Amino acid sequence: MPEISRDEVAHLATLARIDLSDAELDHLAPQLSVILESVASISEVAGPDVPPTSHPMPLTNVFREDVVQPSLTAEQALAMAPQAEEQRFAVPRILGDEQ
Amino acid sequence: MTSETLVPFEDVLAAYDPALGLEVHVELNTATKMFCGCPAVFGGEPNTQVCPTCLGLPGAMPVVNGKAVESAIRIGLALNCDIAEWCRFARKNYFYPDMPKNFQTSQYDEPIAFNGYMDVTLPDEGGDGETFRVEIERAHMEEDTGKSTHVGGSTGRIHGADYSLVDYNRAGIPLIEIVTRPILGAGEKAPAVARAYVSQLRDLIVALGVSEARMDQGNLRADVNLSLSPKGSGTLGTRTETKNVNSFRSVERAVRFEMQRHAAILDSGRAIFQETRHWHEDTGITTAGRPKSDADDYRYFPEPDLVPVAPSREWVEELRGTLPENPVLRRARLQESWGYTDLEMRDVVAAGVMGEIEQTVAAGASPQAARKWWLSELSRRANDAGVEITDLGVTPAQVAAVQALVDAGTVNDKLARQVFDGLLAGEGTPEEIVEKRGLAVVSDEGALSAAVDKAIAENPDVADKIRDGKVAAAGALIGAVMKEMRGQADAGRVRELVLEKLT
Repeated sequence: MPEISRDEVAHLATLARIDLSDAELDHLAPQLSVILESVASISEVAGPDVPPTSHPMPLTNVFREDVVQPSLTAEQALAMAPQAEEQRFAVPRILGDEQ
Repeated sequence: MTSETLVPFEDVLAAYDPALGLEVHVELNTATKMFCGCPAVFGGEPNTQVCPTCLGLPGAMPVVNGKAVESAIRIGLALNCDIAEWCRFARKNYFYPDMPKNFQTSQYDEPIAFNGYMDVTLPDEGGDGETFRVEIERAHMEEDTGKSTHVGGSTGRIHGADYSLVDYNRAGIPLIEIVTRPILGAGEKAPAVARAYVSQLRDLIVALGVSEARMDQGNLRADVNLSLSPKGSGTLGTRTETKNVNSFRSVERAVRFEMQRHAAILDSGRAIFQETRHWHEDTGITTAGRPKSDADDYRYFPEPDLVPVAPSREWVEELRGTLPENPVLRRARLQESWGYTDLEMRDVVAAGVMGEIEQTVAAGASPQAARKWWLSELSRRANDAGVEITDLGVTPAQVAAVQALVDAGTVNDKLARQVFDGLLAGEGTPEEIVEKRGLAVVSDEGALSAAVDKAIAENPDVADKIRDGKVAAAGALIGAVMKEMRGQADAGRVRELVLEKLT
């Protein structure tokens, strides 16, 4: 039976940058376990003749020609930004690290 | 730890076996990005090559660039990989503003190409080049990230920054990441193997024509994984990953540095901490980056907005037919046909003029003459002008034409240099330049003979030496004659005349 521990939920919250209080963790961890169980029961229904899928449409190889399409202007792109400077998106100080 | 302690390289080898791993990112030279039609060119004004898809706006739908898939398959085939019959993209989730979607669209457990190898020839001093097989685990498709500039803070580096400015022009440019299996058994040659692998991989990418492959511009970026294990233990130690090592020389230095640094830590009984490291080009050292995330922390899952890629076998075979000659084999074939020594060939390759020499020889020049002009005269001029030799403006056909004039005795090497002056000044064909500049050597025997007589008369002591059998002294007289003739004489013929008259 799949189970997710309180620590695992806390770790996932950190990865997802979601700030959860202790009370929320206590509340959510058991709920997520129930959700996992429910999803896992689908695996029991699906027999070996049902392959796992990641896409509802039975399509492959949908490709685009390598032809340039118009981009947004910098003004359009930055209009949605809370802050911009030097034609760039201004974002808060970064504590993590680049990929 | 303030400054790193290092163990001498020889001592590292005495106690440890290195295991190397290389991850190379190649930025493709497609016209558009991986999943949208924004231009993928370098150097645009900030945020002018962006759209809802590469900005990760809600509702935007990515569509795969077919040309990028084609390039990925060709790279895979050139690395002797199997090409997946069916594979998917996956979301690699992480929070960093260089990816506005908060995930990078990549491939996870289903890469487009896998199980390949590349035979790397190590540089040698004399003897035959030793070949080392580097196994390729996978090559997968993904997208590049945006470019952050950190503002404020005392050092201007990430941790001191007050805020960051992001340009997303680069976000979404197609990348192919090529990952080796752990390279074991390289021992003392580990730094050289790493360098040779990246260098030959670049040659291959250039030959395929799928990327500009300029390391200095970040089209090709290498991450160096390294671990040490006690000598003979056959285990794998904890690795560090040094990111963005951006020259061949730095790849070699970074491997060497990490070997020495790891050994110092292990010798002192401490453990290696699995982390990324930053390479510092100026000081030649690495410094700690972030702790390496587990793959689990990226919470990869199949990208639901993209359908699988299933290249037909017909397409794969068609692409196999477009592969260029393997650069290593091509080099060996040309060296043999030209009769160059290993040293000569290495200089030619280092100068990047192999293709030029090939075309010059095809246009009729001898391999030795072609090498002489491209490697000495034209390399020097390109260097002086600060341009790539291929941008100098002299074509292989012109070089062959100049050499034909030398072979015919119309000009000597010295005058030929003036022909190149004329070519660079756009004065016409080599023949026209000889005519306009009056460069043809004097073949009038009477004038030559008179000049030789004059030189003998003006240098009686030199003449006496030659009469006494010191033939080497003839150079002084030849020089005097050449000066008299303003360089426009065949030095070989002058020498013959001098010796005829004095011996």
